[in-house]
Amino acid sequence: MRAWFLAAPLALVLAAFLLVPLAMLVAVSFYDYDSFRLIPDFVTTNYVEVFGSMVTWRTYGKTFFFAGITWAITLLVGFWVAYYLAFVVEGTGKRTVLFLLCTIPFWTSNLIRMIAWVPFLGRNGLANRALQGAGITDQPLEFLLFSEFAVVLAFVHLYTLFMVVPIFNTMMRVDRRLIEAAVDAGAGFWRVLWFVILPLCKPGIAIGSIFVIVLVMGDFVTVRLMSGGQSASVGLMISNQISLLQYPAAAANAVVLLIVVLMMVAAILRIVDIRKEL
Amino acid sequence: MNDVELIAVTKRYGGGAVAVDGIDLVIPPASYTCLLGPSGCGKTSTLRMIAGHEEVSEGDILLAGRNVTALPPAKRGTAMMFQSYALFPHLSARDNVAFGLRMRGVAKVERLARADKFLELVHLSHLAERLPAQLSGGQQQRVALARALITEPRVLLLDEPLSALDPFLRAKMREELKRLQRELGISFIHVTHSQEEAMALADLTVVMDHGRIAQAGPPREVFEKPASSFVARFIGGHNVLARAQGSFAVRTDRMRLAAAGNGPQHAGQVSALEYLGAAVRVVVAAADGTEAEALLADADFHAAPVALGQGATLVWDLADEHALAA
Repeated sequence: MRAWFLAAPLALVLAAFLLVPLAMLVAVSFYDYDSFRLIPDFVTTNYVEVFGSMVTWRTYGKTFFFAGITWAITLLVGFWVAYYLAFVVEGTGKRTVLFLLCTIPFWTSNLIRMIAWVPFLGRNGLANRALQGAGITDQPLEFLLFSEFAVVLAFVHLYTLFMVVPIFNTMMRVDRRLIEAAVDAGAGFWRVLWFVILPLCKPGIAIGSIFVIVLVMGDFVTVRLMSGGQSASVGLMISNQISLLQYPAAAANAVVLLIVVLMMVAAILRIVDIRKEL
Repeated sequence: MNDVELIAVTKRYGGGAVAVDGIDLVIPPASYTCLLGPSGCGKTSTLRMIAGHEEVSEGDILLAGRNVTALPPAKRGTAMMFQSYALFPHLSARDNVAFGLRMRGVAKVERLARADKFLELVHLSHLAERLPAQLSGGQQQRVALARALITEPRVLLLDEPLSALDPFLRAKMREELKRLQRELGISFIHVTHSQEEAMALADLTVVMDHGRIAQAGPPREVFEKPASSFVARFIGGHNVLARAQGSFAVRTDRMRLAAAGNGPQHAGQVSALEYLGAAVRVVVAAADGTEAEALLADADFHAAPVALGQGATLVWDLADEHALAA
């Protein structure tokens, strides 16, 4: 009885703000609609359109592409940043300072951080002027801004820390004597990394991957802003449908996206057992 | 040829702290050596320098006549068994043992077969599939031992291998370590702060203090002829007493309770009394505060018992005194 009582507040919050809206989302995804209103009904046309349209498939393809590339780059960068913080830096004080340094970009909003790239990457931006000034290129590089390159760059910038933190966390828990034991057995730097550190950091890598993949799969602001409207993502597609008041279509899309993301998370959890991290 | 030779080996840490101060040591082949001393005496630094996990600030380390001072751990012919074992938590006992061979590029079938052989040597064949977390402390230690031995080192280095075990297991593992050392015919260098462990195991006991060797010799020699008051106190079982001519040590089991006589004696009050089973420990504090203790056979004590606070005199034979340098 007491246990139920203690669990009640969180249960109520989750019910009111997660389960009810989710149920409504699912319900609306079966509504019918025309240009002006929602028509309560139970039709599957929204889902038929989602799966029947080539646009959906292409958009999912593009979103997976962004998620995959961003995941790979944030993992690569995040792993080495975490490695440097955990194994190379000596002393807790210095480590804390460097760690805080990593979080500085998070002191401003996502939007501002993205917009900050514009004067840097634009046609007459810093990057292009520097490249031309140094004689490396003789005309502005167009792909720097409002392109897929810019989208991925912004994603990496925004989300690498989400990879660094959990990996750093697991690395700090690796017993340093294990590394010595591996060296004693004849392992060099790369083999210590491959046979000892990497397996022991799997839970952190999995958690970071979930963060990054979920964030990228659901994003629509970054893609719109950094691609200048020239690229699409599932989130952007849903956002566009909402602005056209096609709520049932957006809801159906959202339900499909939710299921896809949950399946990706389930797949990651299947590969890596993160229970010991929790 | 000697297995290990240390020549003026010094370890200085950043900030100028000297952990090991120019020690010379020769370890004969196929011997069991214990590095013994209080914490901070430099015994672990010495071991780690021999292993190659710690850089040598000055001096040379020879293994089987070969200068290995600058070589990485795996190229020295040593293997180390770490304190608290440092088993790889994600690998089974068998894979832990096979790790050294895997790093040396031995094919899977062969290295697993050899791992099984070494697990058999430490009586753990039936637990080969278990992860370290599923093994008891004693079993983990055997895995660690097998893992260290599989690369067939000439010298096995053990860093406080028994300190994490309960007393019963500790005595059992002690026998096992000695048995393995004899059977394999290699040298073991064992760091410990327990004089009991050192006496039970060692062919060569090296007592260290403040980064220097206070005394090195067979345990019997160290116990019977301690070189200094530090050694006499640390090795235990000795009273260190002073007289105008200098200090000397007398073994506590050579002291007797008796009436004051002409011979050497220590008179005072009984300040502590401990019943140890086969023996009774009697501490007598003199009027000036100096204490001496006697370890009396239980039958002798019970024939003429004393009580706490009672006046008592400890006597010994002049021949049992051992003069100390300092």
